[in-house]
Amino acid sequence: MRTDRITTATLGCVLGGAVLLAGLNLLTPAASAAHVPDFAISLAGKYLCYAILALAVDLVWGYVGILTLGHAAFFALGGYAMGMYLMREIGARGVYGNPTLPDFMIFIGWNKLPWYWYGFDHFWFAVLMVMLVPGVLAFVFGWFAFRSRVSGVYLSIITQALTYALMLAFFRNDMGFGGNNGMTDFKDILGFPLNRESTSVGLMLVTAIVLAAAFVLTRALTASRFGKVLVAVRDAEARTRFLGYRPESYKLAVWVLSAVIAGIGGALYVPQVGIINPSEFSPGNSIEAVIWVAVGGRGTLAGAILGAVIVNLGKTWLTSALPEIWLFAFGGLFILVTLFLPRGVIGLFALWRPRSVDQHMPAAAASAAAEAAAREVAG
Amino acid sequence: MSGEAILRLDGVCVSFDGFKALNDLSLALAAGEMRAVIGPNGAGKTTMMDVITGKTKPDAGRVVFADDTDLMRLDEPAIARLGIGRKFQRPTVFEPLSVRDNVLLALNGDRSPGFTLRARETADECRRLEEILATIRLAADGQRRAGDLSHGQKQWLEIGMLLAQEPKLLLVDEPVAGMTDAETAATAELLREINRSRSVMVVEHDMAFVRALGVKVTVLHEGSVIAEGSIDRVQDDPRVVEVYLGR
Repeated sequence: MRTDRITTATLGCVLGGAVLLAGLNLLTPAASAAHVPDFAISLAGKYLCYAILALAVDLVWGYVGILTLGHAAFFALGGYAMGMYLMREIGARGVYGNPTLPDFMIFIGWNKLPWYWYGFDHFWFAVLMVMLVPGVLAFVFGWFAFRSRVSGVYLSIITQALTYALMLAFFRNDMGFGGNNGMTDFKDILGFPLNRESTSVGLMLVTAIVLAAAFVLTRALTASRFGKVLVAVRDAEARTRFLGYRPESYKLAVWVLSAVIAGIGGALYVPQVGIINPSEFSPGNSIEAVIWVAVGGRGTLAGAILGAVIVNLGKTWLTSALPEIWLFAFGGLFILVTLFLPRGVIGLFALWRPRSVDQHMPAAAASAAAEAAAREVAG
Repeated sequence: MSGEAILRLDGVCVSFDGFKALNDLSLALAAGEMRAVIGPNGAGKTTMMDVITGKTKPDAGRVVFADDTDLMRLDEPAIARLGIGRKFQRPTVFEPLSVRDNVLLALNGDRSPGFTLRARETADECRRLEEILATIRLAADGQRRAGDLSHGQKQWLEIGMLLAQEPKLLLVDEPVAGMTDAETAATAELLREINRSRSVMVVEHDMAFVRALGVKVTVLHEGSVIAEGSIDRVQDDPRVVEVYLGR
């Protein structure tokens, strides 16, 4: 029952909040006190994309114990796939006026579109690649890592290496993805001009809907018998083997799904921020995503969304008010949450309620997750 | 004891960095038998369990289950699915899940992600769950978080999970460690009950408990069998007295 309340509240906040912001932006005069300015819409859209990434991280970290320090790689790959579509959409409107070749290719002297850019002039193809590219990479990575029983801190390190390697690769001009500068100057998406306010509002609403759908999907998944096996693998992997389960299959399935969700988040991010470049792969981004989840409450899904939004609100405010202290505040926040709020912000809601024995109760899951994390640290 | 063997170890050797944990260990368990395995610390009892369940691969020897299934070529999940259940020394239950869900995950059935994704609890599963919860005396605790159970209750829950697997052979590692006398007696009773339909191998330190089980005893020392027989005969064996009981 409680679980349903949390699910309803989360969906209400995400969808209701997005609709409210959209309404206050489009339907109120700019001079009104209730008016939501345009920049707030694009910020909200950005936060919702981060929340999708946080959900993906929580699915693997919170429920099956894979502390991923490379999830921004999947986010960025989804973003690049969308960026390639947006580049092809520019067509002859670029600086060099070439109908097929993006500006950066002409700039480095290419005269033919590389084969891996074929198809990206179709939106459906780009959407397919948004899911397929992170999914396939995650499958190959997970296939080798989980079958050879790499886990714990070693797995975390190789996820970090994965995103770092991708960052270095995407920095290279001859990779054909715009090198250092990445891709930008997008004009429109599906014919809607990106500089028009209604397009921003539309993108933000679509992001909210996708986030809500991802939340419902991951919620259903973790509440199923499959989800119970995930928790069992997280807390006592060897035991599940002696029960006849193959933890590697479960990890692989949920890892690939998580990568696809992260990829979709990245794809929605790029048209809203108007640029994708290799810095999206930087290791710090992946670590930030883990901290959002820790702050919100690991192993609760709703907490991941909450954490992504509040940490980024704080970041936006602090980086403009006191830019020099942001990193210290961020690091301090992580330490404080780990020490004093092991169940995250969402765990606070459980404080004034009697402890329930219902295993679906997020707080119980979060406390178990915190115990597991403490064991990891201690071990 | 004659009859068909459900488990046979032939000349099994395992060494870790030169230390011989198992040294030419040979042992046969008849179908339907309950056997107690005793021995001092480091005798190789847990390593033997590891070899049988596929966690450790032996350097030499053969491990055969039922008629002619070579266990050495299989990994842990495959061996578990053949019908060998294992209870660990320290109770290992899935703490954040409810008692009922712990047993549910152990119920004999499809273990693939594709199945568990779509699985709904069937009436048959519900009946089996209730049966097992009653057997392990946790019928009223089904909805409790497994992590909140007492130590003895966790041991029982783990035994219940083994029952749910419906194994043909049950390996039980020190089931009464840390239990009260009453819990120990009840556990002996429970194991005898389980033994009516399955073969059981119990590794134990507690001599009073082994005596209460009243079954054939195998004594391990430095990775091999040094005596086998009834508890009284084993206790009189001078070698056993020397390495184990006399100290």
